[in-house]
Amino acid sequence: MKDLGSIARTMPWRIAVAVVVACLLAVGGWVFAQDKPPAPAAPAAPAAAPAPPPSKPDPAGTATGGIADVTAKTAGKPTLEEVADFAGHNRVSINLMWTLLTGFLVMFMQAGFALVETGFTRAKNVAHTMMMNFMIYAIGMTGYWIMGFALHMGGLGAISTMGGTGLLDSEFTISLFGKDFGLFGMKGFFLAGSTYDVAVFALFLFQMVFMDTAATIPTGAMAERWKFSSFVVFGFFLSMFSYPIFANWVWGGGWLSQLGKNFGLGHGHVDFAGSSVVHMVGGVTALAGAMVLGPRIGKYNKDGSANPIPGHNIPMGVLGCFILAFGWFGFNPGSTLAGSDLRISVIAVNTMLASASGAIFAMFYMWFKYGKPDPSMMVNGMLAGLVAITAPCGFVSSFWAFFIGAVSGVLVCWAAVFIETVMRVDDPVGAIAVHGVNGAWGVLSLGLFSDGSYGDGFNGVEGTVRGLFYGGASQFVAQIIGTVTCFVFIFGASWAFFKVYDVVFGMRVSPEVEMEGLDVPEMGVHGYPEIQGPATLVHAMGASMPKTPSMAMAPERSR
Amino acid sequence: MKKIEAIIKPFKLDDVKAALTGAGIVGMTVTEVRGFGRQKGHTEMYRGGEYTVDFLPKMKIEIVVPDSLADKVVSLVVGAARTGSIGDGKVFVEPLEEALRIRTGERGDNAV
Repeated sequence: MKDLGSIARTMPWRIAVAVVVACLLAVGGWVFAQDKPPAPAAPAAPAAAPAPPPSKPDPAGTATGGIADVTAKTAGKPTLEEVADFAGHNRVSINLMWTLLTGFLVMFMQAGFALVETGFTRAKNVAHTMMMNFMIYAIGMTGYWIMGFALHMGGLGAISTMGGTGLLDSEFTISLFGKDFGLFGMKGFFLAGSTYDVAVFALFLFQMVFMDTAATIPTGAMAERWKFSSFVVFGFFLSMFSYPIFANWVWGGGWLSQLGKNFGLGHGHVDFAGSSVVHMVGGVTALAGAMVLGPRIGKYNKDGSANPIPGHNIPMGVLGCFILAFGWFGFNPGSTLAGSDLRISVIAVNTMLASASGAIFAMFYMWFKYGKPDPSMMVNGMLAGLVAITAPCGFVSSFWAFFIGAVSGVLVCWAAVFIETVMRVDDPVGAIAVHGVNGAWGVLSLGLFSDGSYGDGFNGVEGTVRGLFYGGASQFVAQIIGTVTCFVFIFGASWAFFKVYDVVFGMRVSPEVEMEGLDVPEMGVHGYPEIQGPATLVHAMGASMPKTPSMAMAPERSR
Repeated sequence: MKKIEAIIKPFKLDDVKAALTGAGIVGMTVTEVRGFGRQKGHTEMYRGGEYTVDFLPKMKIEIVVPDSLADKVVSLVVGAARTGSIGDGKVFVEPLEEALRIRTGERGDNAV
């Protein structure tokens, strides 16, 4: 019976995925048919005659680049219009370059997540945990290209810094209280047709790596017990539905961003680089997933007390944290979408200050309360500071940036213990405490400490962004609405997805697989073959296998 | 012949080896082992939760010597491995029936 049950539970998910993919490809074909690409733009001004080669070398660099490098009909004598054209093109070039380069930095954060999550879990699951972090990059990107980007950014409208995003002009809205409530975008499926544009593609790259950051957070909280097949389907769910819809509400011109314009609540829900859109979404999804999965075997005793399960490689986790802190220089300063917006220096400094205070306060908190400065909590503290400063980084002074990080350093330690011992949710790496709790703290702190020095015209509201302590009480209200909405929508949607998937297909590996380690039963290979005991090596080669659901699949693998 | 088995603190291995080779002992076998004695492990903290390390890492050294050398080897090992604090380890001595060098087929004291 057990074997039959396992087949019934393993086969349908493949059929379900095949049907979903087929439907998506059909939608794609329809989109291609409907949305014709624009006629090629008028040819650019004739290229200037190539500048004459310099007569002598220029080691100091002071003579390189000048009027001869401005594209003009008459080389060296550009008209005012030609100079203005050139300046505009240059501005957009700097901005696109900045957006792409910071996007590349954010892409590298995937490596940081992979190392942190794998280092803080056990050696027997290392291949499985690593590969979830690896494949989410590919799966999330595919889902986001198919339809996530369209739902997220399809109604964005023009961004003055980037040139052509005015092509993204189709938002689905409903009317409530006489105001438009934008719910999701409807343009940019497969980046096809009229969205085949350099500015749109740059925006896609930047937004895609942000979505992937949110998508890779739950793999840490759900590690060491999650079926890989279930993870794959989840990757499409988050990148195509849950993330894009909430992100549209905040960043795509949706209703949360319009709370200011429509109801006079500050600048609407403001989240500069994604404390709520990216991190809280990831952390709340992680909470829902970890609750549906249940704790790892051996995590809780019969009396409800928790057992620590130390991670297998602290250096790996610390290296991952440093890579993440480095990537954050893309995450936050890049969110200007403009290298010509010189606020980037303030943003970068605020970001690093908050990471420092987060780590320091987590260190002292653990030291004073539990006797030693716990390495995994210092790592969590630095990450918590980074998560918290992500929303307010553009709007606060360095003092408040340090303060926000300090609060998050204590908050993450307290929250991790609370989630583990009071809520009894097993989160091996602290993803819920780092990203969920501190994501919420980040957006709320923006509503408290924004000092009115930046953000004129943000979300279509005149004046700069001010928090509660700087005369902007309504901004704080907007931040609370955004935080509550994030939790309710993301927790509801994710929990429903995980629960339905669990009932229909099963989310969790069998106890035998979990005890043995997921690497061989789920992935077919040991992460560290040389340091596994001889018993597991024999097991891996197929000798004397116990009859378990996962082992029933073994012949299928060898086919 | 006697077989001397010493369980010592890992960081004392180099001292013990130096003492023995200095006294002309020509061979030993070393294994990384885990275990506990009267101390019964100790507790540590991880992410705010207490856990017990039941089996502490130790080094096991096995030395086979002619009966006449056994007392000297034991006192050398004890002298080199002692720190005076809890967990210094133990030494066991047992009689050994036979030894055989695989390459030459020599037996007994000649083989060790």
